[in-house]
Amino acid sequence: MRSARRGRLLANAVLAVALCRGVPAAGAGEVTELRDGAARDLTIGRCVICHSVEYIPSNAPAMNRAGWQKTIQKMRERFGAPITDAEAQQILDYLDANYSGKS
Amino acid sequence: MLTRRALMLTAAGAWLPAAGARALAAGDVDAVTLGTLPGKRPLIQRAFRPPNFETPLADLAAPFTANDAFFVRYHLAVIPDVDPESWRLNIGGPSARHPLSVSLAELKRGFAHVQLAALNQCSGNRRGLFSPRVPGVQWGSGAMGNALWTGVRLRDVLQRVGVAGDALEVVFSGADSAVLPQTPNFVKSLPLERALDASTLLAFAMNGEPLPHWNGAPVRLVVPGWTGTYWMKHLTEIRITPTAFDGFWMKSAYRVPTGAFPGARFASQETPETTPITEILVNSLIIAPREGERLRPGRPAAVVGKAWDGGAGIAAVEVSTDGRRSWRPAVLGTDLGRYAWREFRLPLDTSRPGALAIAVRARSRNGAVQPDALTFNPSGYHDNIVQTVSVEVA
Repeated sequence: MRSARRGRLLANAVLAVALCRGVPAAGAGEVTELRDGAARDLTIGRCVICHSVEYIPSNAPAMNRAGWQKTIQKMRERFGAPITDAEAQQILDYLDANYSGKS
Repeated sequence: MLTRRALMLTAAGAWLPAAGARALAAGDVDAVTLGTLPGKRPLIQRAFRPPNFETPLADLAAPFTANDAFFVRYHLAVIPDVDPESWRLNIGGPSARHPLSVSLAELKRGFAHVQLAALNQCSGNRRGLFSPRVPGVQWGSGAMGNALWTGVRLRDVLQRVGVAGDALEVVFSGADSAVLPQTPNFVKSLPLERALDASTLLAFAMNGEPLPHWNGAPVRLVVPGWTGTYWMKHLTEIRITPTAFDGFWMKSAYRVPTGAFPGARFASQETPETTPITEILVNSLIIAPREGERLRPGRPAAVVGKAWDGGAGIAAVEVSTDGRRSWRPAVLGTDLGRYAWREFRLPLDTSRPGALAIAVRARSRNGAVQPDALTFNPSGYHDNIVQTVSVEVA
């Protein structure tokens, strides 16, 4: 019931509902629009299992590549985020390219 | 799995973007967005899920922060609606002599009621103002509020249960939980002596009303003088233990460098490197005038705000308008209790046009004074440095 797979499906369902209703504004609801880039959808898909992605732009000013790496590692190892090594690399590249030191 | 509440939240967020989200002109941290949670007025939305909503400056002006304006802070996204009729609180653990399970009615009937005014301040309040910036919820100054709490003393409940001689900590769990089973649930402990302090309450009412859902209904822990992380919401279980609780939220989170800050020590959780954050440091907030406000020459104006500490009480608040060279004492408002914030007020001299930088520093009855420089720590806690608000008389 509370499997990672089910969590992912639900998260995607939530995302779909929010997108259908057209909620682009930061903070207006479940989803914040993230910058275009490779692995953007993967990043959203994995992060929203547990939390809205507002945390990404809001934390950008505090972040660099090492900071994002540490965060992804924390989410995987401490919080059990279902992210493979290959996915973690893609997510890191996406976050670093788009949200390191930028809000 | 998602609860009914989570789905309702999603729906509410999806339905309310136009009314529920607008930019605040004079925000605390960069651009801010207002968002609406069911039962709350629009608050500064730091994160939607799990909900982290901050009280706007204007709503911090009242002596007691309104329940529907009170800040909301969660780590984990599964937040059930707890039915107060079927809710039970289980008190036990290896160092409990006679474990007990009580309903809300039994809790209210079985123990003396206590009312106490206390400030609840998130450990990370003002993290968004940290320099250099640190990761985490980027709070401005509104992750705090003052309320009149009604409840029973945790001490009375623990004494009814019977505390064994080997007891070391008291561990608290709530009904809210993580989305993934492998994520550590939010569980916190207190040193036994803090749990037995007469001010530590199991609160069921806030400002005369039942606790709002988002602030821990039906019963939350109130730990006056200690930061919000210990004020466990939606309490379900209390365990008296002979060992130091080693969960993630004690061992790895909410920690500061050992010896870096004053305040109570949490010896059973301390290492040579880090120690749990404990007491709130002496601090103040300027509510008026606002940053960048224009004051009319010759018109009456005053600097107004709140000052607080970890429970010693506020001895004085001083105001400087000359670059912190000289300080004048502000007039303190009604004393609501040593764990509450204290209003301060001082008329401003608006006779001469020009820029005015207003600095405020509070002094605790224990002698502590707000510092000028930040003590950096990686989690961005304890920002209690002297604030300055710049206005123009023109």
